[in-house]
Amino acid sequence: MTFEVVKPGLLTTIQDLGRPGYFHLGIPEGGAMDRAAMRIANMLVGNPEDAAGLEAVFIGPELTFQHDTLVAVAGAEMPVFVDGEERACWSSFPVKAGQTLKFGYLKTGARIYIAFAGGIDTPPALGSRATYPIGALGGFEGRALAAGDVVPVGKPGAKARERTLDRAMLAELPKPVELRVLPGLYWHRLTEKSQEQFFDDEWKVAPEADRMGYRFRGGRPMEFVERDQPFGAGSDPSNIVDGCYSYGSIQIPGGTEPIVLHRDAVSGGGYFTVGAIISADMDLIGQLQPNTAVHFRRVDMDTALSARAERRDRLEKIRSALT
Amino acid sequence: MKTRYSYGGDEHIFVEMDEEMSLDAFFKSLAMSNAIKDADIDGVREICPANASFQVRYDPDVIAPEDMLAKLKEMEEKAINAEKRLQTRIIEVPVFYQDPWTHECVMRFRERHQDPSGTDLDYAARINGYDSVGAFIEAHHSAPWFVSMVGFVSGLPFLYQLVGRDKQIEVPKYLKPRTDTPKQTVGYGGCFSCVYSVRGAGGYQMFGITPMTIFDADQKVSYLKDFMVFFKPGDIVKWKPIDRAEYDRILKAVENGTYKPRIAEVTFDLEDFNADMDGTNAKLMEALNDV
Repeated sequence: MTFEVVKPGLLTTIQDLGRPGYFHLGIPEGGAMDRAAMRIANMLVGNPEDAAGLEAVFIGPELTFQHDTLVAVAGAEMPVFVDGEERACWSSFPVKAGQTLKFGYLKTGARIYIAFAGGIDTPPALGSRATYPIGALGGFEGRALAAGDVVPVGKPGAKARERTLDRAMLAELPKPVELRVLPGLYWHRLTEKSQEQFFDDEWKVAPEADRMGYRFRGGRPMEFVERDQPFGAGSDPSNIVDGCYSYGSIQIPGGTEPIVLHRDAVSGGGYFTVGAIISADMDLIGQLQPNTAVHFRRVDMDTALSARAERRDRLEKIRSALT
Repeated sequence: MKTRYSYGGDEHIFVEMDEEMSLDAFFKSLAMSNAIKDADIDGVREICPANASFQVRYDPDVIAPEDMLAKLKEMEEKAINAEKRLQTRIIEVPVFYQDPWTHECVMRFRERHQDPSGTDLDYAARINGYDSVGAFIEAHHSAPWFVSMVGFVSGLPFLYQLVGRDKQIEVPKYLKPRTDTPKQTVGYGGCFSCVYSVRGAGGYQMFGITPMTIFDADQKVSYLKDFMVFFKPGDIVKWKPIDRAEYDRILKAVENGTYKPRIAEVTFDLEDFNADMDGTNAKLMEALNDV
């Protein structure tokens, strides 16, 4: 079973739930930016949740199928067409050999997830099919899809059948967008005034927002608590002796533009970090378009854990409804 | 040294041995991260050691954050008493200093540099008090280096020079990171040297390039068949200056699968090193020269 890429879209990569275990060597977990959407797309076609599918950002690909299969699209709102006939997102639908899957213009969100019954069957690298282009690892020859690529797909499983998700089960996106932050790491490097200002100011998603990190701008520059820089750190007040980075951690090089590290994060470096986005809000970042206004909101560990539990329960309800 | 613990969101705990870089901080971090690995704590997902700190990623659904923190603090006692001795290897890494490829990149991103009028090497030599670039290059390769962290992207090694604090080279990172760095560039930032394992963004000053591949996702390179990443923390490196002809020869040998890095097994003892740096380094070099 295969499909052929007619048009790749802007940046379409094979992703799954990633390859944890190699971050200590600078190889990130990777996998879908919006993991819940990837899981749900797989549930809709009866796949294991960690099966490989496609992640496409802003513009959908155009694919022709060499065999009959079952497809589902989840994540961002983007019209889906099979040979020109519209199909619903968040549901699975059959596609016949010779038919073409196409997408309209993006309405809301940033990334769609396309699951195929049986899952994409490229060779796994370090236990995952997720594409990590910087290391030319995983996915299709370690890179984003290009026109003419013929992508192998497994055989549909016994659980492959048409399903539809009741959208009321999905979390509503907060408006305006709020990203919850647990302060920590090198938070003490900021003056009290800058600590307050970080949460008071409105930030906007910058054009430099990708799988490695999301950059924000628009807030006032940060001020640092004065000190003699420690030996080995470098002379800028935002420099530290190179250390590990957390997924979701927020670095502010030069004190100007915060960068939230995401699934393809660099594993370490020499910039201070002010804390991290809580795990429950990481998927949401993957659906933010450039120029979206965002507020960072300060939370404590208890709030982070209850948000995590809420998210897990919601996914469990969806799982029960679809499987 | 004062250990500092912090949560990194709800899934990480970051432990800093010291704000400053030192081999003492590195060895304590290594001992603590090894003790955590050996303790096999339920819920621990990844342990990432760094230069003077480390990080644990855990699943808060399996172990509560405060329990994880308490376990890590218990490990600190063990780490203090751990032996500061490593069975490791010394590797000769050829470097073509002032090569045409990093030079082109140095010039392309000049406006992001502290001193756009010269090269990264001119600048680094001057601010570290060397009379000439030649003398500075010699200081860079004369004493061996210690791999104190692997990370950033795809197996990039951070290296700390095995010399006293007064002889350490220190340079700032670029004012604004570059969007490009040639693959296998030998770079410098803070007190660390590095080898860029793949082409990509970077903020370290650029001194030269090595023909030796250190990351190969396809594992076709003869000495990367066991694993795609060459370096690990604790490795010791000796830079060997080479010219263009030697660079071309080694590059070809790596491609042909005939290149064999020069490596010797050695023991590194931190207390011995602190007591006699020149003597320890001389012994390391003897082991390498015997190969």
